[in-house]
Parts: sequence; C-alpha cells; structure tokens
Amino acid sequence: MNAARRAIAVWLLALAAGLVVIARADYTADMSAFLPKNPSPQQQLLVDQLKAGVLSRMLLIGIEGGDAPARAALSRALAERMRAGGDFSAVRNGEAGAHARDRELLFANRYLLSPAVTPERFAVAGLAQAIGDSIDLLASPAGLMLKRLLPQDPTGELMELVGALDGGSGSPPSLHGAWASRDGQRAILMAQVRASGADLDAQEAALARIRTDFAALAAQAGVADARVLLSGSPVFATSSRDTIRSEVTRLSILGTLGVVCLLLLVYRSFTALALGLLPVACGVVAGIAAVSLGFGTVHGITIGFGTTLIGEAIDYSIYYFVQSQRARDGGDSDAGSWMQRFWPTIRLGVTTSICGFAALLFSGFPGLAQLGLYSIAGLVAAAAFTRFVLPQLCPEDFRIRDITGIGERLAGGVARLAALRWIVPVLALAAAATVFAHRDTLWNPGLGGLSPIPADAQQLDQSLRAELGAPDLRYLVVANAGSREASLAAAERIGRELQPLVERGVIAGFDSPTRFLPSAATQRARQQALPAPDELARRLPAALRELPLRADKLQPFLDDVARARTQPLLTPEAFAGSTLALAVDALLLPGSAGWSALLPLRAPQGADGRLLPIDPAAVRQALAAAGQPEALFVDLLGESNRLYATYLDEAILLSLAGFAAIVLLLALALRSPARLARVLLPLVTAVLLVVAGLALAGEKMTLLHLVGLLLAVAVGSNYALFFDRSGSAGDRAGTPQTLASLALANCTTMIGFGVLAFSQVPVLRAIGVTVGPGAVLALLLAAILAGQRERRA
Amino acid sequence: MNALRLCRSTLLSAVLLGLAAPALAARDLATLMHDLAQHKGGRVRFVEKKYIALLDKPLVSSGEMTYTAPDRLEKRTLQPKPEVLVLDRDTLTLERGKQKFVLRLADQPEAQVFVDSIRGTLAGNRALLERSYALHLSGTRERWSLSLLPSDQRIAALVSRITVGGTRHQVDSIEYLQADGDRAVMTITPIEAQ
Repeated sequence: MNAARRAIAVWLLALAAGLVVIARADYTADMSAFLPKNPSPQQQLLVDQLKAGVLSRMLLIGIEGGDAPARAALSRALAERMRAGGDFSAVRNGEAGAHARDRELLFANRYLLSPAVTPERFAVAGLAQAIGDSIDLLASPAGLMLKRLLPQDPTGELMELVGALDGGSGSPPSLHGAWASRDGQRAILMAQVRASGADLDAQEAALARIRTDFAALAAQAGVADARVLLSGSPVFATSSRDTIRSEVTRLSILGTLGVVCLLLLVYRSFTALALGLLPVACGVVAGIAAVSLGFGTVHGITIGFGTTLIGEAIDYSIYYFVQSQRARDGGDSDAGSWMQRFWPTIRLGVTTSICGFAALLFSGFPGLAQLGLYSIAGLVAAAAFTRFVLPQLCPEDFRIRDITGIGERLAGGVARLAALRWIVPVLALAAAATVFAHRDTLWNPGLGGLSPIPADAQQLDQSLRAELGAPDLRYLVVANAGSREASLAAAERIGRELQPLVERGVIAGFDSPTRFLPSAATQRARQQALPAPDELARRLPAALRELPLRADKLQPFLDDVARARTQPLLTPEAFAGSTLALAVDALLLPGSAGWSALLPLRAPQGADGRLLPIDPAAVRQALAAAGQPEALFVDLLGESNRLYATYLDEAILLSLAGFAAIVLLLALALRSPARLARVLLPLVTAVLLVVAGLALAGEKMTLLHLVGLLLAVAVGSNYALFFDRSGSAGDRAGTPQTLASLALANCTTMIGFGVLAFSQVPVLRAIGVTVGPGAVLALLLAAILAGQRERRA
Repeated sequence: MNALRLCRSTLLSAVLLGLAAPALAARDLATLMHDLAQHKGGRVRFVEKKYIALLDKPLVSSGEMTYTAPDRLEKRTLQPKPEVLVLDRDTLTLERGKQKFVLRLADQPEAQVFVDSIRGTLAGNRALLERSYALHLSGTRERWSLSLLPSDQRIAALVSRITVGGTRHQVDSIEYLQADGDRAVMTITPIEAQ
C-alpha cells in the first residue's frame, strides 16, 4: 500500500507542476508556426513578409449594394473615417482630393526628388536644353497642364518624376469620384493597416472598426442592402485565428462528448467514466506543459490535438478496465495478472506510437515539432498513469458492465470475416495500383494547401486584388543595413545598377523607396547642384536666348529654386497621410537588425503578353556591381514553393523514418518475421487504402495528411498487436473481451479523429480524414487476418 | 507610385485638346452628321499652331493623322519632336521618346467628354455630341463652320469653344479656344480621299 500511496503522491505532484506550467504558458494561433524554423535569408524574408511585411498589412475593401453614386459616397465617407481614425497608415479610393495632396507634395519637393537635378542641368547649356524640351512638350497634346506649371518648373522636373515611372496603368477606373470595379457593381478601396501583421489583436480591432463605421455610415445614408467586403492578409490572419480557436473548441467538445456518451453507454458507470478519462486528462496536461517548457509558446492547433489524444490515450483505460476485469473474473484476484498479460502489449503499442511521433519532433516546422512533443509527452503520461496510478484509484469492488456478450458477437463476426481474408491482399494491390496511377497528383504543390482560408474568401481576395491592380510583389531585391539612411543609400546604388537591366529588357522596371525618399546624402547633393538665386538669374537670359520665352516670366522658378536650396530634407514624416507614405512604408521596413529597403522588380513581358521569369544571374551581377553582394534577390513565389517542397521532402523522410522505427521495434518485440508480417500487413493496407481513397476523392495531400497516416499506423499497431498476441499465445478465452476492448477503443479513436474531418481548418481536416478511416481500416483488416488464424488454430 | 500615375492621367486628359480629325462637308447639321457617318476613314496631313500667352511666338507642330471608323484615331507628330498618339476604343496611348503613357478613358470622365467630341464629330454621332456640347452650324455649303460649346462645367473650365471648319466635303481646320484665352489651330490637308 505504501507503493500505491507513493504512486498517487508522485502523480498529484506531477499534475500540480503541470498545471502551474500550463497556467503560465504563452499561447499563439499564428500560422507561421507552420513556416520554417531555420530558414535561409531568402526564406526568412518570406516569413517576415508573411508575418509582418507589407503583404501582412494590405487590406482590400469592396462595397456592394445600393446604386453606383451611393457606393461611391459610402467609399468616400468610409475612407474619410479611416483616415481620421489612425488605424491605417494609408487609405486609397481614387478620390481626387487625396491625389491633389500627393501631387502637391511631389511638386513642392521636386528638386529633392528628381534624379535629373545635377550641376550640369543648371548650367547655361543644361538649362537651355531642359527649358527647350519643356517648350517642345507644350506643342504636344500633353502640354495643357505643363503650360500652367512652366513658369514654376521650366526645366520639367515634375515630368522627370512622372517619366521615372513605368507606363502600366494599374489604377482602377473611377466612378462618381471613387474607384469602382470594372463592371461598376462594386466600389473598391485599398488600405494599409498601421499595426504589423504580428499584432493580430490590433489588426482585428482595426477591422472591427471598419465594419462598425461602415454599418453606421450605411444606415446614415439609408442604403439598406449595403455591405462591406474585406480581404487581404489582416482579414485572413485574424479570421483563421478565430476559425482555429472556435474549431478547436467546438471539435474538442464534440469529440469529447461523443467519447463520453459512448463510454457511458458501455460502462453504465460514472465512476468508470471518470476513471477512464483521467489518463487522457493527464496526457493533455503533460502534453501542454511539455510543449510550453520545450518551445516557450503553445500553438492553438497543438491544443486542438487534445481531441486526437483522446483517441489514443483513452484506449489504455479501456484495455485496462475490460481486460483486467476478465482477468479477475478468470480467478486472478489482483490486477497483477493484467500487468503480466496485457501491459507488455500496451507498452509495445505506446512505444510504437512514440516512434511515430518522434519523427515529428525533428521536423523543421515548429508546429509539427510541437505536435510531436505534445503527443509523446501525452501518451507517456497517459500510459504511465494507467499502469501505475489507475489500479490504485480503482475501488475494491470496481466493476464495469460485463461486455463479454458484445465481445462474443464480435468474435462471431470476426470468424465470418475470415472468409473474406483473400480480400486483404486484393485491396492492398488495388490501392497500391490506384496510388501509383495518381502518383503525380497526390501532393498539394504549394503552401496553399495548409492555408486555413476558405475557397470563397480566396476567390473574393483574387477578384478584389485584380480589380485594384494590387501588387503581388513576387520578385524583390532587399538591401539590409544598420540604419535607415544606409539602407536607402544601398537602394540608390542598387537602383543605378538595375537601370541598365531595364534598358536591356531583363526586367520591365523596378520600384524603390528612394523614388520618394532619397537618402539624405542624395537630397543634399541635389540641393548643392542648384545655383544660388543671383547666379541662376544671371544664367537664365543666356539659356533662353534661342527660346521663345523671356526670363522675366520665370520669377516663380527663381523663387522655387531659392527655396529648394534651403528647404528641410524630406523625411517619411513629411508624407504622413499621403499615398506616397504608402509607397515608402511598403518598401522601407524596420527589422530586428536594422532596416530593409525593398526594391520590387517587374518581370518582362513575352511576345504573347505573358510575364517571363527574371534572370537571377543578371540581377545578382547587378547587385555585385552595386557593391551590395549581400543584398538578396528573392523570388517569393519560387521561394515559398521551394520552401514547401523542402518541407514536404523532409516530412516524407521523417515519416518513413518513423515508420521504419516502428517496424524495427515490432521486429525486435515479436522476434518472428511471420508475426511481423501479420502485424504490418493490415497497417500498410490501411494506409494504402486511405491514400487511394484521398486520390480518388481528388483531395491533394499535404504534410499534415502524412502526419495523419503516421498516426494511423501508430494507433493501428495497437490493434494489430493485440490480435497477434491473442492469436499466437493461443489465448482464445481472451478473444471476446479483447475484441470488445479493441472495438470500443476503435470507436473512440474514430470519434476523436473523425470530428476533425469536418473541420474547416485544413491542418485539422487532414488529420481527421486520414486517422479516422485509417484506424477503422487497420482494426477491420487486422480482425480479418486474425480470424483466419483462429480458424486454422 | 500610383500617385504619379494619377499625375500622368491628368496630363493625358489634357492630351485630348490636341485631337482633331477630317470630316465631310454638309448642308445642315443633320445632313452634315449623316455625311460624317458615311465616312469610313482616311489619312491627312496636319499643321498645328498653338498661341500661348506665355511665349513670344506660336508653337508649330506638324505630322499625319489616320482615322479608321468608328473608333481608332492615330495622330503621328513628326515636328518638332516625334510623338504618336493613338485613341483606340477606350484606350489612349501616347508615345514620346522612350516614354509611353496609357490612359483608360473610363478613369477620367473629363477625358471621356473630350473623346466624345472627337468621336462624335468623326462618326457623325449627333446624339453623343449633344450630350456634352451645344452645336451651332453656320456658313454655307462651300464654307461651313461647326461650333461645339461645352455644356459640362468641368470641360468649360478647360475649353470654351471648339470650332470645326470645312469646305463642302472636307474638314480643313479645327480650333480649340481654351478657357485661359490661349488657342490652338489645326489645319488639315487630305493625303488620300475616300
């Protein structure tokens, strides 16, 4: 009894410690847990972009309902509130007023911004050339607006700024003074959330404010059917967090309820139920505590696997109750006989499961590694509890309802199933053939398969993105430096080397934060290139000698140049609230180690109008020529696909290693190739059938399907081992009870994992659709093969 | 980046002031429009003089224009700087040196109205013209003159009158009188008759 008390004391202490750890743990629902842990610099950039970059803050907004003027009015009113509210660093909806401010900013700072400003341009010959060009331009149809600006800007610096841009016209059409979709049925806006993508709470609050503001504005305007559509990373990130939270809660409750009902139905005893659930509870506590200690934060999805743990850990108590009862009924008064007869089998089952999950531990995805650690810790704790504590907690007269009857009926069924034993190899071959036929389409080729964003939300995003001409930022050059100034200077040097690539057609064009925010050195150099007022006044008459323009008309020019020479240098703050801020914010990012300047490159178009890939060697050469060999050239799409491919390969390798470990372990324990084959055949066939089923259903597998299959093998090996044990030990009396406990365990597994198949979160769904059917198939197939041996015996 | 695109759009809406095209003679407005509607296209030489108060002498440019009914117009300026302007359906393209600007008319209601004035004249679409302009036909069949007075305030702020003149079957001049008093006069000589 001393030993019993010690076991309970140790258990209570461990439980208390686990609960303390859990209470102090950090929880996250950040999907980037499924991004790599030790990325290359390029991958790090991708991860940063996904987590906190421009993409993570860009919001696409559509307004539907009412008529076109009403939608435009709502767009303007909403944009005004958003601009005033402070949640957004920029809001664009095509309003004329908003662009007037941009234009004024550009014009007021043209001598700091124009790359054409050099000492030569402001010498007599340069002035004559530049002013002559401007006058020529007046003859062009483009001259109307220039005519008004000529006295102030005779050298055409504004045109230089305009000319520095590419010709692609990406702005959406305006309708009644606000952007509208091409079919005119939707007003559209684009905004940048101020909060970083890492600050989901702030993003969520900003989104909620848009919705309430819009509802108020729509009610005020009396547009009853008006609705606002939001899309973009902030929406996806917050809604997938919500989905994961609610799904995890809902499915855990559903799964637990299902298991509880089933157990109550079978045990007809609340004591038994409570005792039966205790190993699971211990497993969950141990799992979360281990993850918290091992990783620092616990992912929501990891906790969601509480449901899946129920699937396996509850089996232990089921085996204990059902089988120890039989042992006692068979005359053994204490539980020791159960220990001898069944515990080794359970122990082997637990060990195989641990081998399976250990594979996950080595995954480069922190999310998967968490799942691995969670499951291992949970299973060990649940098994240890069942072995050492549960027998001590059971009351002396503890009994569950006798389920021998069920077991006997099942045994009859199994015996009949044996007639179908030929079906197992046939099924295995057919499934293998199906898998082979679909080998090219088995896998989901991108990270998209892991994305928890529903298809209709993705569709809305695509349509808004196309209508807004929102950039996809596929190709980036990134210059990192310790300070903002240094990164801008690096971007300028890189820009100078990229220009020849544009002329050679290697790239169609590029953007740079320095277009609107040149480095201080460059701005100062431009200021110094401007002559003093007296000097400029002396040069002008000479420059204008051949031109039909008299110097006295250009007093505004002299004034503006004099002002530009001493005006304060441009800072990002100068742009606050303008569209230019959006451009600078998007391309100049503070990072953990200094600043990053992003230079998005535009791919050249082929003859058929399709975009061609950019030659990375040419770009890297330009970076080296710019003295920035450490600057990165990133193809984000290629990088994310490469990243995924790496991890898929890794997952396949780890799964195979896990499977190999399970096989090795079984081989050592069973010490018989024939028995090993009997245990493995149903498992392998079950896996093949599940994969074939997925292929036939058109579902493309992701990493998580692979994890699910490994879980199915781990769980299924328990069944196969019991059948093997009861078969080979000639333990025929045990068969009905063993069968009953296996069937019950299988049902709980099916419920625990099965509910996941109905999840909208692909990660959970993938586990559900593989483990649920996989476990059932493993049991059925193992039973069929066991029945065969039984008849022979 | 997009801000500048807008500046460019504004520049381009101004572009349309320079557009003009050949037309056929007519006896009265209805007949003139009917005759214009029969016109399927052609190629002309143009000389455009811009009288700008700021400058001491008028700016002269010249080149060729081609009209293909109903909605394609190409204005190819050769002097003083080569430049090509193409109006094709709803897209306006301006190429000048290495620069190429594209404007979608739907983006710019003002530009749309200008384009309507040209399209309406070229295609003889009276209804389209009268949507934005008051029309006045004067003179004789030998020497007629059609004035377009903008009824849209936004247009009137830029152009106070467009005058198309012609003799019998032929448009030979188009004058834009701008709201600030500057004007542009384009004289047209056909290269090929229809």
